[in-house]
Amino acid sequence: MEVQPGIVVEGLRVERNGTGVFDGLSLSISPRAVTGLLGPNGSGKSTLMRAIVGVQRVQGGTITVLGRPAGSSPLRRRVAYVTQAPSVYGDLTVRENLRFFSRVLGVPLARIESALETVDLQRAADRVVNRLSGGQRARVSLASALLGEPEVLVLDEPTVGLDPLLRRDLWETFHRLAQENRTVLVSSHVMDEAERCDELLLLREGTLLATGALPDILGRTGARDLEDAFLRLVDEELS
Amino acid sequence: MSPRVTGAVAARVLTQLRRDPRTVGLMLGVPSMLIFLLHELFAGREAVFQHVGGPLLGLFPFVSMFVVTSITMLRERTTGTLERLMTLPLAKLDLLAGYGIAFAVMAALQASLVSAIAFLFLNLHSVGPVWVVVALAIGNALLGMALGLFLSAFATTEFQAVQFMPAVVLPQLLLCGLFVPRAQMAHWLRVLSALLPLTYAYDALAHAIRGTFNARFALAVCVTVGATLLALVLGALTLRRRTA
Repeated sequence: MEVQPGIVVEGLRVERNGTGVFDGLSLSISPRAVTGLLGPNGSGKSTLMRAIVGVQRVQGGTITVLGRPAGSSPLRRRVAYVTQAPSVYGDLTVRENLRFFSRVLGVPLARIESALETVDLQRAADRVVNRLSGGQRARVSLASALLGEPEVLVLDEPTVGLDPLLRRDLWETFHRLAQENRTVLVSSHVMDEAERCDELLLLREGTLLATGALPDILGRTGARDLEDAFLRLVDEELS
Repeated sequence: MSPRVTGAVAARVLTQLRRDPRTVGLMLGVPSMLIFLLHELFAGREAVFQHVGGPLLGLFPFVSMFVVTSITMLRERTTGTLERLMTLPLAKLDLLAGYGIAFAVMAALQASLVSAIAFLFLNLHSVGPVWVVVALAIGNALLGMALGLFLSAFATTEFQAVQFMPAVVLPQLLLCGLFVPRAQMAHWLRVLSALLPLTYAYDALAHAIRGTFNARFALAVCVTVGATLLALVLGALTLRRRTA
C-alpha cells in the first residue's frame, strides 16, 4: 500500500497583529493516528490548525496535507475543521444545520443520523441550536465536520466542558476514525488528555517543546506526567 | 460553482428567515404600514401621493435587504460560520448567488404585497405594467443586498452595521430625486446624486410608473444592474479564504 503522508509543516512563519506566532516551525503528523496538539492558551495551537486547513494567512513556509498544499481546493472535501467556538447557525435546528452542511458537501442525507448518533444528539435533533447548552452546541459543530467522512480531521479543543462519559466516547470515536485510515489532530490545553493520544506535539509560545508518544516523552525527561515534563522542558530551554 | 451548493445556501437563508417570523412580519408589515401612512398624509393630494408612493414601493426592498444582509453577513463573519464555509467545497459565487436567490424571493413577496395594497386599496396607479414595478423592486432588493454584503466587511459589531443604514441608505434616498427633483438641486448635489446607485433605481421606477419606457429608462436599468454587479464583485473581494 502506498504510504501517504498526513500533514507536513516546513518552516512555517505566521505573524498576527504584527507579532510573530511562528518563526520557522516544522513538524509532521502521521496518518492513522490521533495526534494531540497540547500547550497552554496562546501557544499557537489554533493558529497552527487554521494554517493546516488553509484559512490562516501565512508569511512563509509550506504545509502539505495528503500530499497537496494546505487549503487547495481538492482538499476541501477531504479535510474537516472544527473551530474552538462552535461555528454553526444558532437560529436553525440541529438537523437543519446538518442538512445544510451535507448538501454543501454533497453527501447523502442518511449520514445525518449517524453523525447525530456519534455525538449523542439524536434527542436534541429538532431543537434550535441557540437553546442548547454550550457542550451540545460544540457537538453540533463536531457532527457537521463528521458528515463528509473526511480523511483529515482538525479539531480545536473539541472536548472542553463535555460530560466525562461523552468525552470518553468521543475519544473512542477519534481512535476508530484513526483506525479507518484517517489523520486526526486534536488540540487541548488540558495536559491530562495527552494519555488519550497516540502521538503528541507539545507547543509553547510558537515553538515545539517535544514530539512523540507520551511514554517516550516521559522517558526522555524522567517526568511523572506531561505537566511535569512540560515544566522540565521549559526549564531546560531557559537554562 | 454548483447549483446544489447555491440551492443549499438559498434554502438555508430562507429557513433562517422562516425561523424568525417576527422579522418576516416586520419586513412585510412595515412597508405596508408606511405606504398607508403616506396615503393618509397626502389625503386629497393624489398627485403627490402618486409621485412619491409609486417609486417608494420599489425602494422598500432595497432598504430592508440592505439591513438584513449586512447583519446576516456580519453574523457569518463573527460566529465563524463563514470561516467554516471557506474550508468547505463552496465557491464564493455559490454563497453570493444563494443569498441573492433567498433575498429575491423575500423581495418578491414584499413588493407583491405592498403593490397589491397600494394598487388595489390606495388608488395608486401605474401607467406601465405592475409586474415591471415588482421586477424593479426585486432588482433593487439585490442592489441593497450587494451593498449590505460589501459594507458588512467594514463593521465589527452589529451596532456599527445598523448605523450603516442611515449612513449609506438615507443620503441616497434624500438625493435620488424622490423628495426634490434633481433638476432643482444645487449643482454639486446633482453631481453627487449622479454617483449614487439609488438615483438610477429611482429613475427606472419613476419611468415605469409613468409608462415612459424610453432610452432614459433603459439607461437607468442598465446603471442599476451595473452597480449591483459592481457591489457584488466588491462584496466577493471581502470574502477571503485566508485571514490574518
